[in-house]
Amino acid sequence: MRLALSALAVFVVLLGAWWALSASLGLPAYILPSPLQTAAAFAARPAFILENAAVTALEMALGFACGAILGILCALAMAAALPVRMVLRPVLVASQAIPVFALAPIFVVWMGYGMAPKIAIATLVIFFPVAAAFADGLRRTPPALAEAARVMAGTGLAARWRVLRHVTVPAALPALGTGLRVGAGVAAIAAVIGEWAGSSAGLGYVMLWANGRSQIALMFAALITLFALAIAFAALIDVLTRRMTPWIAETP
Amino acid sequence: MAASPAATRIDISGLGLSYDGTALFDGFDLTVEPGELLCLLGPSGAGKSTLLRAVAGLARAERGGVRFDGGCGVALMTQDDALLPWAKAIDNVVLGARLRGDRPDVQRAAALLRAAGVDAAAGRPATLSGGMRKRVALARLLYEDRPVALLDEPFSALDAITRRSVQALTRRLLAGRTAMLVTHDPFEALAMADRIVVLAGSPVRIALDAAPPRSGALRDPADPALRPLYLAVLAALEGAA
Repeated sequence: MRLALSALAVFVVLLGAWWALSASLGLPAYILPSPLQTAAAFAARPAFILENAAVTALEMALGFACGAILGILCALAMAAALPVRMVLRPVLVASQAIPVFALAPIFVVWMGYGMAPKIAIATLVIFFPVAAAFADGLRRTPPALAEAARVMAGTGLAARWRVLRHVTVPAALPALGTGLRVGAGVAAIAAVIGEWAGSSAGLGYVMLWANGRSQIALMFAALITLFALAIAFAALIDVLTRRMTPWIAETP
Repeated sequence: MAASPAATRIDISGLGLSYDGTALFDGFDLTVEPGELLCLLGPSGAGKSTLLRAVAGLARAERGGVRFDGGCGVALMTQDDALLPWAKAIDNVVLGARLRGDRPDVQRAAALLRAAGVDAAAGRPATLSGGMRKRVALARLLYEDRPVALLDEPFSALDAITRRSVQALTRRLLAGRTAMLVTHDPFEALAMADRIVVLAGSPVRIALDAAPPRSGALRDPADPALRPLYLAVLAALEGAA
């Protein structure tokens, strides 16, 4: 609640600064539209913007789901066996080193102008923070906990599996939560990069479309909508991941 | 409560073990008699915890080793109580069963929690005091129902009053089991131990091996009759440091 209030306060301050800037500089609307002009652009075609926002939201959600699932599976596989870790560690690092901007046009060539390349890009971007954070968490079970579990579980593959399930994985959930929150924060960026590389729908498409027609107010309206969408998505994931680890006490 | 398992003798012989390249143990011998509560003392870094870990199978002996005469199997309780922070008290007590793929015996766990002075419906560790957490860890140790109990500085973080009551409880509940308890507090050893062993030197040797007068209950460590032993333990610790 306090967070929501402070976020609202920041929003109002930014809006005020934007309005003051556009009013004092006296720039034409095709350079810097005022908040009112932007709102008018939104009001002129709300369905157009919201329909495209829905497309971007779906790309973000699907990309996030795919990236999160792949990241979780990758981290689990790395925790399960040392040989897998040796193979997957370079893959993990490489997935982060790849410039997504450079890949986006290639994905569009391969997968077409639909949703698939955007989801693929979001998956790639979200995969790394999730896999890296969760893998880290899985390797950092508090030593006392890990040793106590080893003494109780005994030896053997089945015992190791049960330690993973009852101790190692739950102990790594806070780290996974961090990875998911980081991933959620970049989901919108990934989706829009995909849309810029080639698309016929989505907020990134609206921005390019409006830009090409010098409708900067509409472009701003799409940008503000994207901003709101990104924040709402990050907040949703934030709430869900914190619910996943109710035993973690947090300082306000 | 379940009957105590058959008492076991712990036979450590010719133990050789290095840590960071230095020989910590080299031909070390120690026997813990069946049903005995042995308190291990020694300066920091003397190898008390490593010895306990070797008995628990967590530290691998390079030479010699540990033999159990009678039932084998150990239960361990550490200074950091190693409770799962996300699990309620009862789920912490039955963790061992889950880790072995057995059906958790919730009724026995609840009985052990009550015997240890904890509400069987107690919540997560973060909602419990330090003393209560120790009691939960103790209930888990007993739930394991192993003939050998290993305790590594289990009460060092507790205040004096809580510590005294948990010591008494531990002594009562561990009766019949062979136990090794690492402590840095001579008074704890004087109050609880059937036998006191002070470790010293590198490689480790036994600087003192003594038995306070037999007692079923917790002793009063300020008892004048225990003073000579207290001074002997202190001298052994000082000579070792």
